[in-house]
Amino acid sequence: MAAQRGIVIGGGAFAGLALALALRQGLGPDLPIIVADPALANRPSRDPRATAIVAACRRLFDALGVWDAVAAESQPILDMVVTDSKLEDATRPTFLTFGGHVEPGEPFAHMVENRRLIDELVIRAEAAGVDLRATAVTTFDSRADGVSVALGDGSVIEAALLVAADGARSKLRERAGIATHGWDYDQSGIVVTVGHERDHDGRAEEHFLPAGPFAILPLTGKRSSLVWTEKRAEAARIVALPDDEFHAELEQRFGLHLGEVKALDKPRAFPLGYFVARSFIGERLALIGDAAHVIHPIAGQGLNMGLKDVAALAETIVDAARLGMDFGQIDVLERYQRWRRFDTMTMGVATNVLNVLFSNDLPFVRSIRDIGLGIVDRLPPLKGAFIKQAAGLSGEVPRLLKGEAL
Amino acid sequence: MAMQSSYSDASASSVDASEVAKFSKLSEEWWDPRGKMAPLHKINPLRLTYIRDAACRKFDRNVRSLNCLSGLRMLDIGCGAGLLCEPFTRLGAQVIGIDPSATNIAAAKLHADKGHLSIDYRCTTVEEMDVRERFDIVLAMEVIEHVVDVGAFLDRCASMLKPGGLMVVSTLNRNWKSFALGIVAAEYVLRWLPRGTHQWDKFVTPDELAHHLSRNKLEITEQSGVVYNPLGDRWTLSSDMDVNYMVVAEEV
Ligand SMILES: Cc1cc2nc3c(=O)[nH]c(=O)nc-3n(C[C@H](O)[C@H](O)[C@H](O)COP(=O)(O)OP(=O)(O)OC[C@H]3O[C@@H](n4cnc5c(N)ncnc54)[C@H](O)[C@@H]3O)c2cc1C
Repeated sequence: MAAQRGIVIGGGAFAGLALALALRQGLGPDLPIIVADPALANRPSRDPRATAIVAACRRLFDALGVWDAVAAESQPILDMVVTDSKLEDATRPTFLTFGGHVEPGEPFAHMVENRRLIDELVIRAEAAGVDLRATAVTTFDSRADGVSVALGDGSVIEAALLVAADGARSKLRERAGIATHGWDYDQSGIVVTVGHERDHDGRAEEHFLPAGPFAILPLTGKRSSLVWTEKRAEAARIVALPDDEFHAELEQRFGLHLGEVKALDKPRAFPLGYFVARSFIGERLALIGDAAHVIHPIAGQGLNMGLKDVAALAETIVDAARLGMDFGQIDVLERYQRWRRFDTMTMGVATNVLNVLFSNDLPFVRSIRDIGLGIVDRLPPLKGAFIKQAAGLSGEVPRLLKGEAL
Repeated sequence: MAMQSSYSDASASSVDASEVAKFSKLSEEWWDPRGKMAPLHKINPLRLTYIRDAACRKFDRNVRSLNCLSGLRMLDIGCGAGLLCEPFTRLGAQVIGIDPSATNIAAAKLHADKGHLSIDYRCTTVEEMDVRERFDIVLAMEVIEHVVDVGAFLDRCASMLKPGGLMVVSTLNRNWKSFALGIVAAEYVLRWLPRGTHQWDKFVTPDELAHHLSRNKLEITEQSGVVYNPLGDRWTLSSDMDVNYMVVAEEV
């Protein structure tokens, strides 16, 4: 029997499952690791989105042993262009191009379909002996010396630590009384997979259209995933349009540079917001992923930030457990909070600035951002720093993000 | 009640309920990472790492294993409320913690019971212990600066090591810098420690320590300074042994 009590993770999507795997690897087979999520009952996953996995997070999946299985179906982003234009402009001037390598031979990001990755994480977690329960965390009671976690199936688990990985509307965060700071953008991201005639050659495009960013992210085959920002009401209208009218809206924004384009699935709108939890930790509690922070998908960093939480929290817990420390104690958790909260605030502020600059059609604002992008494009060191930052390789990097095992 | 019964096997006997409440409060104070003992909690991971790594090297264990000290018998002299005893017990060591203060020992027992850890706590001193007891690892962390006769104390510690055993000592150096930082800063300016905690003339230099150990056929195989980094608000190992330092000693 392990001398330490176990860890309960509430929420079994990307953040929760990746953490469970990382902890299992670092802590060995004896310490109980429980993941509770009612969504674990619906397999395979039906998530329609695709996510850009930056280099650091790909290394994490590699270290967790899940990358090989999804690699074949992932599309490396080899090149990225950023343009700024009005809808009616015939040609879109390019302000920024990134050759997409952090290290020779390592693209700075890969596009992966969410459901592929989730399904693989579940399979791996099961094989690694993570205790998966298809039920919710209903409530918990934390004390200085431990936490009692109540599950929807009526069971109660005595644990050293509870991790809230239950997404943006986290009940566990609310129950702990942790407030958030942020706002609603009154924008939604329309997500749809499209097929096109010509090959995208691994190129990602971000067009700053007047309503907000319109991102074309390459998938395997002649397919791309779109994240298309509109005012919330407009987005609701667009996704409800009959197929032919939707097609017209799509074509107007997508253009014809990849030939004929058509939607391959039903478009869905996701409301966009921004917030950061006032604290990432509480008594016997740590928040990770969207439960701790949600940012605008303009920079495609939401999940990547969640995975950095995973890497930092796993390393914090494993290091403390290997010293025999009670890793649920507040002084241990503080290391995690110091590690992650500052980085998150910086990223949040940066994406807010981007969104304000780019969801705006005032000539004055346009000229500022165009000059700004032009400057970045002409200064290789600054561009290099941007790529490293975007790839998640700046700051004090947790071991898992360097691809090292814990 | 759990607390009552767990207390009843403490070494100090016939205590009333108000005494138990007092020990319980003391135990909470010791173990609150943000409370009075915060400085000790802050330096603890570094001490744990140093000792664990030395033990794993010596006894050929894997530092990544959660059970890396299993089966090793360890003595912690001046254990306080068990800030070292509990972690090493979790790592599998069989720990005996001794402290001359009955209240510390009571507080330590209360806390270990709550965490279901079995630790042999004794209210005693090394001098009073059975001369036949032997240990794989003897820890004298921040104690030699408080004993009357350092030489005699270290002789006694050394005699309790099993052949091939390991001793770890941490203390404060004696020079102008340790006076300034160890006493003036820690006790008077930063108030990390109560005033009068240390008497500077009792501090021991690494040379004096090496001398006492070598008389007992023990050689210092590793030594390191311990410094506070105000920027990161944490303690780190350093080659600067002018103030706080730790040594590992083994048989030659
Ligand atoms: C349109 C769009 C595009 C995006 N594109 C990108 C991108 O390209 N790159 C990127 O890095 N990020 C992107 N993101 C962000 C990314 O999708 C999220 O950051 C990520 O999915 C968050 O994962 P999570 O595990 O923290 O939470 P979630 O995925 O929200 O999962 C939370 C889980 O908790 C469960 N749960 C809820 N309540 C309970 C409870 N009480 N008990 C137990 N379980 C519970 C739920 O069932 C769910 O499975 C995008 C987001 C949007 C909206």
